[in-house]
Amino acid sequence: MTAPSPTAHEPAARAAEPLLVVEDLKVHFPTSDGMVKAVDGLSYTVERGKTLGIVGESGSGKSVSSSAIMGLFHGTSAQVSGSIRLGGTDVLSLDESEMRKLRGRQVSMIFQDPLSSLHPYYTVGAQIVEAYRVHNDVSKKTARKRAVELLDRVGIPQPDVRVNDYPHQFSGGMRQRAMIAMGLANDPSMLIADEPTTALDVTVQAQILDLLQDLQREFESAIIMITHDLGVVAEMTDDTLVMYGGRAVEYGATREILSHPEMPYTWGLLTSVPDVTGDVDVPLVPIPGSPPSLLTPPPGCAFHPRCAYRDQVPGELCSTLSPDLERGGRGPGHLKRCHLPDPESIYQSTVLPLLTHAAPSGAGEDVNR
Amino acid sequence: MVAYTIRRILSGALLLVVMSMVVFVLFYASSDTPERYACGPKCSAQQLEVTKQALGYDEPITTQWAKFAKGVVVGREFPNDPDLRASAPELVQECDAPCLGFSTGYGTPVRELMTDAFPISFSLAIVAFAIWIIGGVSLGIVAALNKGSIIDRGIVGLSLLVFAFPTFFIGLLLLTFVAIRWGIVPLPEYSPIAEGGPFLWLQGLFLPALTLAVFYLAGYVRITRAFVLETGSEDYIRTARAKGLPQRTIIGKHTLRAVLTPLVTLSGLDLAGLLGGAIITESVFNFNGLGKLAVTSITRFDLPLTVGIVLLISTFVIVANIIVDLLYAVIDPRVRLG
Repeated sequence: MTAPSPTAHEPAARAAEPLLVVEDLKVHFPTSDGMVKAVDGLSYTVERGKTLGIVGESGSGKSVSSSAIMGLFHGTSAQVSGSIRLGGTDVLSLDESEMRKLRGRQVSMIFQDPLSSLHPYYTVGAQIVEAYRVHNDVSKKTARKRAVELLDRVGIPQPDVRVNDYPHQFSGGMRQRAMIAMGLANDPSMLIADEPTTALDVTVQAQILDLLQDLQREFESAIIMITHDLGVVAEMTDDTLVMYGGRAVEYGATREILSHPEMPYTWGLLTSVPDVTGDVDVPLVPIPGSPPSLLTPPPGCAFHPRCAYRDQVPGELCSTLSPDLERGGRGPGHLKRCHLPDPESIYQSTVLPLLTHAAPSGAGEDVNR
Repeated sequence: MVAYTIRRILSGALLLVVMSMVVFVLFYASSDTPERYACGPKCSAQQLEVTKQALGYDEPITTQWAKFAKGVVVGREFPNDPDLRASAPELVQECDAPCLGFSTGYGTPVRELMTDAFPISFSLAIVAFAIWIIGGVSLGIVAALNKGSIIDRGIVGLSLLVFAFPTFFIGLLLLTFVAIRWGIVPLPEYSPIAEGGPFLWLQGLFLPALTLAVFYLAGYVRITRAFVLETGSEDYIRTARAKGLPQRTIIGKHTLRAVLTPLVTLSGLDLAGLLGGAIITESVFNFNGLGKLAVTSITRFDLPLTVGIVLLISTFVIVANIIVDLLYAVIDPRVRLG
């Protein structure tokens, strides 16, 4: 009678913790030129059934951090440290064969380009069957039935026929649906979608996002949505993590981050989104400069060389001291990594007018001439 | 698929016809007195004239080619003279289809010389092919899977070293030490399967085939290694890993299937080239294959024989191309299903 009690307590303890807890994750790649710090001290959590959006430019570490969750750096030269707990399991302490059993079953990944991510020489069905059978000891026939079911669920017409098609016979949107079907084959509790709609055209993008939302409700999975599309973030996610140079620069509830961003990099991301209903003469506002070198990151705040607001920080703080990720002016649920003393007022006075197209369109023209 | 096959075969046949024209024109145009080589250096002017007429060298080159082509299809007679055939049939040489003419050096039909030499070259090529494919591909995979390790560096370094040695050197080395000095194997000598059985056949071929294979093997190690590494960074391999597949499935199924395509192309064409004879290896080991025959025919200005061998080699290459393309369709559904 005493034996079951600890095991009965354990799930309760786990339930208190979010499904995914990433703490101080570092992924460093040793190269002949030095250490490339692709991810440098990243922490976040994802609750069951919730969606986290990870946003940032190419090379900001968004994909690398999620590949670490999948344990895809096993057997490479990458040095991964920190902790990743998925459903209470410390992922980083697992060896390759234990990790392999987790991949595709507990946590699946959907990739950016569905054409190159599916094997060109095997049928879509065979690839889903393979994903299912590697974790379930079932006959080929049963697995095939499951594949047809899944294809039906993700909205492939005539799934019993299309299951025998090769990836090149599918359209782009159907391929991504098939990828999603493959990702969901084993009912994973965690789904990582790495820019799942970037390679698709806009109408198909919306369909795929709708599908993911439906499936999330049905399967109760947690989703990490890696993207550089703030529209996707607004539409899909509960929380948002903005990454820059391998670190989180802003983290909080999506509604918070999008309405009251406190970090100039996030402002830059917001203002660089073109407004389709706006004046066509208004120039796009890109973030000047290019992403920082991960080999020799700039001293102080990694964003300071590109930051238009660094003059408003007293002293040489921006170029000497790296700011901590700490709570901003709006409460503990909103973290930012920035020295600016009063970001909210700058946002309201300077950035927000750029986002509302009516007022600044005239100003934009003035700048042009 | 059937239409594609037929189209490929027809275009291959057309290519062969064009090839024969080019070769014919090139070789016969290069020498203004082909009858001199046919008749020999001591021929008198009168004999030369007779030879010229008997072999049809007095006719325009287009007529010569037409007769040659006709001979390939239905056979021909030398000299092509109905009167002579009626009066003295013993003076007329019959040449059955496919007739490639008579070798001026050997005095026998070109086809006969080639059918004698072909089994030797064919055996040599097949055994060498087996050695280099098995050895090269597996070493290449091993090197790729241990990329950067001592094993990888050893295999790559060694293959580079071997690749740098000329074939005749490796051949002489093997012949001198393995066969003569140490006597590990008897002196290589071609023994047809029909006569001595498969063991003697293989034993006789071993050293020359190894010589021939070593060069290709070194190349295939590096090619296979590169293909495996390149495929390893493909997105679909990452997908396979993300699915939780074990490493042996990822390599054995997903990677190798993709690596197969370029390897089939390369090896098909390499084998086709070798079927036409391995000149150096055959010369070193004194195997009377097509390669040696080709060298002899060229040094003796034996034009009909040279043309015959060149056409045979072109046929192999064209046929191999067609087979490789058809295999492509078998391997790659994107080709098959368009």
